Amino acid sequence: MFSRAYRAAITVPPLLWVAVFLLVPYALLFCYSFWLVSPSQVIVHSWTLANYRQLFDVKVYLQTLFRSMGIAARVMTFSLLLAYPLAYYLSFYAGKRKELLYQLVIIPLWVSYLVRAYAWKTILGSDGVLNTLLEYVHLSRHPLEFLLYSPFAVVLTLTHIYTPFAFLPIYSSLEHVPRSLVEASHDLGASPFQTFWRVIFPLSVPGVVAGATFAFVLSLGDFLAPLLLGGPSGIMISNIVVSLFGAAYNWPLGAAISFCMLALVLALLFLSESLEKKWSFR
Amino acid sequence: MATGQLACDCPGKMPGRRPGGADATRDDGATVSQTATADATQASASALLTIRNVAKSFGKILVLRDISLEVAEGEFLTILGESGSGKTTLLRIIAGFESASGGEILMGGERLDNLPPYRRRVNTVFQHYALFPHLTVVENVGYGLKISKLPKAELATRVEQALEMVKMTPYAGSKPSQISGGQQQRIALARALVNRPRLLLLDEPLSALDANLRRQMQGELKAMQREVGISFVFVTHDQEEAMVMSDRIALLRRGELEQVAPPREIYNRPATAYTAQFIGHTNLLGGEVKDGVARCQSLSWRTGLRDGPGLFSLRPENIRPAEGAAGATVRFRGKILRQAFHGATELIQVECADGLRLSLRTASRENWNGEIELEFSPADAVPVRPSQEKT
Repeated sequence: MFSRAYRAAITVPPLLWVAVFLLVPYALLFCYSFWLVSPSQVIVHSWTLANYRQLFDVKVYLQTLFRSMGIAARVMTFSLLLAYPLAYYLSFYAGKRKELLYQLVIIPLWVSYLVRAYAWKTILGSDGVLNTLLEYVHLSRHPLEFLLYSPFAVVLTLTHIYTPFAFLPIYSSLEHVPRSLVEASHDLGASPFQTFWRVIFPLSVPGVVAGATFAFVLSLGDFLAPLLLGGPSGIMISNIVVSLFGAAYNWPLGAAISFCMLALVLALLFLSESLEKKWSFR
Repeated sequence: MATGQLACDCPGKMPGRRPGGADATRDDGATVSQTATADATQASASALLTIRNVAKSFGKILVLRDISLEVAEGEFLTILGESGSGKTTLLRIIAGFESASGGEILMGGERLDNLPPYRRRVNTVFQHYALFPHLTVVENVGYGLKISKLPKAELATRVEQALEMVKMTPYAGSKPSQISGGQQQRIALARALVNRPRLLLLDEPLSALDANLRRQMQGELKAMQREVGISFVFVTHDQEEAMVMSDRIALLRRGELEQVAPPREIYNRPATAYTAQFIGHTNLLGGEVKDGVARCQSLSWRTGLRDGPGLFSLRPENIRPAEGAAGATVRFRGKILRQAFHGATELIQVECADGLRLSLRTASRENWNGEIELEFSPADAVPVRPSQEKT
């Protein structure tokens, strides 16, 4: 069909791109994770598992990882709880307003992440919009301290930021549920409620799984929200990696943590893909 | 075979009133008795579904206007029409997926049109089957019974019988994506019939099948309908299919009922020019009736019609080569223009001396040539109402 030169011309550039910007850096990082930093701040190229061992020996790393997973799980749950009803309404009941509402969900994605995070800082701070309002209507006398610099603030912000990512695949899967199936279900005597649980929801599971994966994985690796709004109790695993590669100057340990994260995320993606496959019927 | 197992549990026991139908005109042309009492004893003892003055518009577009139709208990009624005639919309209104803009629908004398679809004892076989892709064949067929909370053991037996009826038992555990179109069709049918509906609606269920399978399914469907005794309302655009299967055909044209009659009657005595042309082939002869004689160009014959313009439908098979002495038949000569071979028959086009062109159908014979003498009997020239071209 196509000449060899043509095939080479279209396949080599993307492969080269992946090799240079993905495989090589990962390989380097992988090597780093087996090296050490000497007391004189020089990276020693001797192979050791010490970094990985340290990950399990020093409590704070695992604790932070678990806290991060907890935060990510909460963000995932809240995103799904917000995104599913919204997607369901849009897909089945919005009628003419569908396009407009869809755009309204998408538009926040055009706004810089930082702006959105800072916005929450302004809202949640002790002199912020929320506290001022609460004091003004005499619901509280002192600023509520737990609002900002807490896991609560991180979960709230990440939920706000990642809900559209959960919404999009759910909406798409709901849009693909043939309406004739809904009619068939009603025809066979199922009420709208029964139809939802027996037909619509099962057919939207792949979208839910994809949306949940997006929300979980993206928030698990997030470091800006905890940095800006998390305070000491809201630190997440990525903040540790950032500091290890920066101020702490321990690239090998940072690389080891990164690789554990990578393995975790890959396992999750694999799990979610097999779940999606199991629940897709087209 | 589960003969009668799936039969509706209430045939013939219908209260069967035709409420307030005193001034209604039946669509087959017969006028309903002016007295409600006389009417109640007869016609409506068998009326399962009554559609009265139903209209439907989508925005400004009028899709159905003033449809009145009855479906008898155990009847196979076909709604026939071209695409865009409103036939599927009418079916969807009966099923409850669309609401009528006007008129009412009654089932067994009770209002049906204000119930949601899931409260109607009506089931539908969808055009593209609409089987649930995440459920197995058994789960699909058992869906309605499970919703109605039937005890497990009874559910299992009924599903089993339904699968047996459509000869799909070996595929019980398959997913819809693993079986062929014809098999999906059977499952869709079993899924609907297993609920023992009082009325089964079928929306062009055979249109996706290839010609041979289609013919086979037509026969099976008809046999199955007789066996279960449930009323079928079948929607199709295929007039041959309608003729083969139906007890009565309701011909719909641009949202209005053109004629409702049994296949033989609608074919032999079409009421309008449109009916005559849509169902089978026909020759439309336009002319004048004067003093008991119909005249169409050089053809003329005696008729009992009143004076005025006349339009007649003459089926091609009723024109034949003249034989023997001229009797009560109309004879004329025609030049052969074209001959089309249709297997058992030939369709031949002839032109008379005055330019009138007619089609006739005869038994196959090779090479028709030149001019021939033809005849038809006046009784076969059926007077029809002209159908206006609507926009």
